[in-house]
Amino acid sequence: MKPLLLSHYTMTSCIGRGLDATLDAIRQQRSGLAPCTFETVDLPTYTGEVPGVDSVLIQRELAEFDCRNNRLAQLGMEQDGFADAVRAAVTKYGADRVGVLMGTSTSGILQTELAYRRRDPVTGALPDDFVYAKTQNTFSVADFTRSYFDLSGPAVAISSACSSSAKVFGSARRMIETGLIDAAIVGGVDSLCLTTLYGFNSLGLLSQQACRPYDAERDGISIGEAAAFALLERVPVNLGENAVLLLGIGESSDAYHMSSPHPEGLGAKMAMESALKMAGLEAADIDYINLHGTATQTNDSAESKAINAVFGSYTPCSSTKGATGHTLGAAGGIEAVICALALQNNLLPGGLNTHEVDPALGVNYLLQNEERPITYVLSNSFGFGGTNCSLIFGRAAE
Amino acid sequence: MTTSTHREISTYVEGVGLRGPGFDGWASSREVLAGKALYQPQKTTFAVPELLPAAERRRSSDITRLSLATMLEAISAAKLEAASLPSVFTSSGGDGQNCHAINEMLASEDREISPTRFHNSVHNAASGYCSIATGAMAPSSALCAYDGSFGAGLLEALTQVAVDNTRCVLVACDTGYPEPLHSVRKIYDALGIALVLSPEQGAHSIAKITVSMTDAEADQLEDTVLEALRLSIPAARGLPLLHMLALKQPGKVVLEYLGSTRLAVAIAPC
Repeated sequence: MKPLLLSHYTMTSCIGRGLDATLDAIRQQRSGLAPCTFETVDLPTYTGEVPGVDSVLIQRELAEFDCRNNRLAQLGMEQDGFADAVRAAVTKYGADRVGVLMGTSTSGILQTELAYRRRDPVTGALPDDFVYAKTQNTFSVADFTRSYFDLSGPAVAISSACSSSAKVFGSARRMIETGLIDAAIVGGVDSLCLTTLYGFNSLGLLSQQACRPYDAERDGISIGEAAAFALLERVPVNLGENAVLLLGIGESSDAYHMSSPHPEGLGAKMAMESALKMAGLEAADIDYINLHGTATQTNDSAESKAINAVFGSYTPCSSTKGATGHTLGAAGGIEAVICALALQNNLLPGGLNTHEVDPALGVNYLLQNEERPITYVLSNSFGFGGTNCSLIFGRAAE
Repeated sequence: MTTSTHREISTYVEGVGLRGPGFDGWASSREVLAGKALYQPQKTTFAVPELLPAAERRRSSDITRLSLATMLEAISAAKLEAASLPSVFTSSGGDGQNCHAINEMLASEDREISPTRFHNSVHNAASGYCSIATGAMAPSSALCAYDGSFGAGLLEALTQVAVDNTRCVLVACDTGYPEPLHSVRKIYDALGIALVLSPEQGAHSIAKITVSMTDAEADQLEDTVLEALRLSIPAARGLPLLHMLALKQPGKVVLEYLGSTRLAVAIAPC
């Protein structure tokens, strides 16, 4: 592929608003997970809730979009000067030449969950103030982003569960390469809701403590929420040496089971191999892998087998979900941003909460941060339905 | 915005699948859309998907069954193996029945939703089930752009064909919403369109289509009943393209996408 430049990016999660807070939390090895106090949820689990989402004010002309997911989206896009960078790109390219490709799994479903508690006792009707199209609908966060920046180009929500905001990079690449657009706002936003908390609970996949990816005693996920945004553009002639490039994307399907990964990690292996091929890199070139690492028995086992098959047991890797929780449709996006931070700060983040790496997994799992220059990193995102996506980012050559 | 500043993307259509109210496969629907047979609206039907393993078949919901039936029709018409084909699934909102059941449960005293309900709630449920049915390990995307979902899916599929130089099957499906959701999302029945797209002309090519962005007005269907259908089920926004394919004549059509951003499609039969 022709590399693309991540000209601007930002993330907001339970470990902090914006890049400085995020980097500080990574340096301090600080997790944002805490016992769940979200809404009326009565489950013994930990969540990665972003403080202050409820007090975000959606501007009046976009009031129909008001819901937790879009409040989190707005909070996220207003960090690190990201919104200003988008406006500059719109001025440069035109409102119809900047695409919007956003990943989400549950969008504003919380709004519907709350509306169902307020149904008319006689007719069963939903309350009049419930705006399905602009809140619950899966397109909502892409529509909101497009409206926020007053854009008139292509826009889409990509919703393939936990690979959603990794796959947006693939679709944006294709759209830019065809010349349909000159720049793309990509990212992912997912927010806490009852559907995912009670849903993962029904599958027995929620840990009762802060999740422990790749630990011998791992026992499930902690659900988090987050917003990640990146502006993708063609690589300019003059490029700073600290610039971060998108170099490869690999996508595949397990074709195995709706809620369990292929036990040998076959689809994951295909995704990583495709990403390496597209980037024109060998496995040995990758300096760090940001794992999908959800801390379920099956994910970490299947993923480690795929890692072993492609990389062997040497490549340093970790899951940052011990810090952020599993942010589902936003996971690919925030982990892409964490990879960009790793490249620009020579920082390999150690995984949190994990006490003893499961020896059966046979990977070089980092428990402590390591500081050294790195050039190429790979990020994995896999999801329900057997959807897999691997991204490769690199630091621009001198 | 003018179309001249926009890149055109071309692809060849090799197979079509169509199921909807009064549409029971492309062969008979083509006659209706070409004006050679009378349109007789009736509730959408689709078979139980034999390709799915028994457990998945039992758990699959209407949107999965419709997607699989429509997809397989298009792939079969193109004389291709489903197992090797990348796919793009697009839906204006996914499974309304399942969404209703989960929300009803979460608003009750007992919030223990079933695992099947939960994994069926993901927007890529149809994509996941279909890959299990066909054994396709190729990439599969799941998109949503509300009423513009057909256009968004068409763009995604086109860019895959053009950039990755691969065939691809586009599957655009919607199913009906029960009350009380129906009052806020008035989709009354199911409709699915599938298109197999190829970068090159082949033995089974039906037409070459060339797509670009436009702000020209969207085309309507002349038949008022069909036009009402086009407006009432989001996937049916693709029907004007199928109408042109059915006519087997060269022409142009503008499809709805996002507000005043629309897709101009030039059709040249092979």
